[in-house]
Amino acid sequence: MEIIAGILVLLMIASAIAAALFKDLMNAVIASCIVSLIAAVLFYLLQAPDVAMAEAAIGAALVTGIFVIAVKRTKRFEE
Amino acid sequence: MRKLISIILLGIVATGLFMSISQIPFGEPGERMGDHFIREGVKETGATNIVTAVVVSYRGFDTLGEVTVLFTAAMGLGAVIGLVRRKKTHPVIEPASLIVYTGCRFLFPVILLVGTYIVIHGHLTPGGGFQGGAVVASAFLLMYLGCRGKRIRENLSRGLESLGGLLFILLGVTGLLIGGDFLFNFLPLGEAGTLISAGIIPLIYLAVGLKVGSELAGIIDHLIENTDELSE
Repeated sequence: MEIIAGILVLLMIASAIAAALFKDLMNAVIASCIVSLIAAVLFYLLQAPDVAMAEAAIGAALVTGIFVIAVKRTKRFEE
Repeated sequence: MRKLISIILLGIVATGLFMSISQIPFGEPGERMGDHFIREGVKETGATNIVTAVVVSYRGFDTLGEVTVLFTAAMGLGAVIGLVRRKKTHPVIEPASLIVYTGCRFLFPVILLVGTYIVIHGHLTPGGGFQGGAVVASAFLLMYLGCRGKRIRENLSRGLESLGGLLFILLGVTGLLIGGDFLFNFLPLGEAGTLISAGIIPLIYLAVGLKVGSELAGIIDHLIENTDELSE
């Protein structure tokens, strides 16, 4: 269990760094979505299913949707 | 020079935070309030989900504040977007492919059902008004992305939102009149673990679910429909 959690944490850190570095903002949004998704799984592993549900529904679904709309309406590439 | 000042200020803030937090023992037992919730929670509130018992019953007033924060955010967004729109052009909407369209129409009722289930069973299983409301709103997000052209009736979503807020306040004030406390649990607790139990907790979560769901769906509606003219 601890090994799985460790791998997930590493993946989460990697995608968080990727979200900050991507020049294509749509990729950055998807990377931050992965951060939220892994956070939801980690909350579940830490026996906090209530928080996991909120994180999955708000962090992974709604925030990603709103960011995608915002990027689509503005500029997609960062200089 | 400005960078130096901000670094020094940041250092002062960090030192202050560290000094104040380092005195608190981390992760050690001794928080007597939590023990009380775990031991007596089911008996006192009738809700088998202790998180719900704390969120809605013991700390119900904070939940009212949280709902108000969300309401303020939605109102601010409506005000900001309302300033820039109004050209009344109808841009040509590209229809989604048949697979996406059919998939969205198939998934929409299922996600709606899951959201409603999470809201209604908030006092029994993990979940509740906030989580269920967010799931319901994500169903509407899917519908907006997959089946463009369909919209929520704005009056309906606003009405449901007001109904949710009103129900919350009314339940709280009724508790105040009957028991002397805001959000006093004035209904019989019933048998713990059954759907109709825990007094007013399911009713409050229903109100919160209505409010959160319609509010988040309204935010998505605002963002997608009213910014169409801005894009091109």
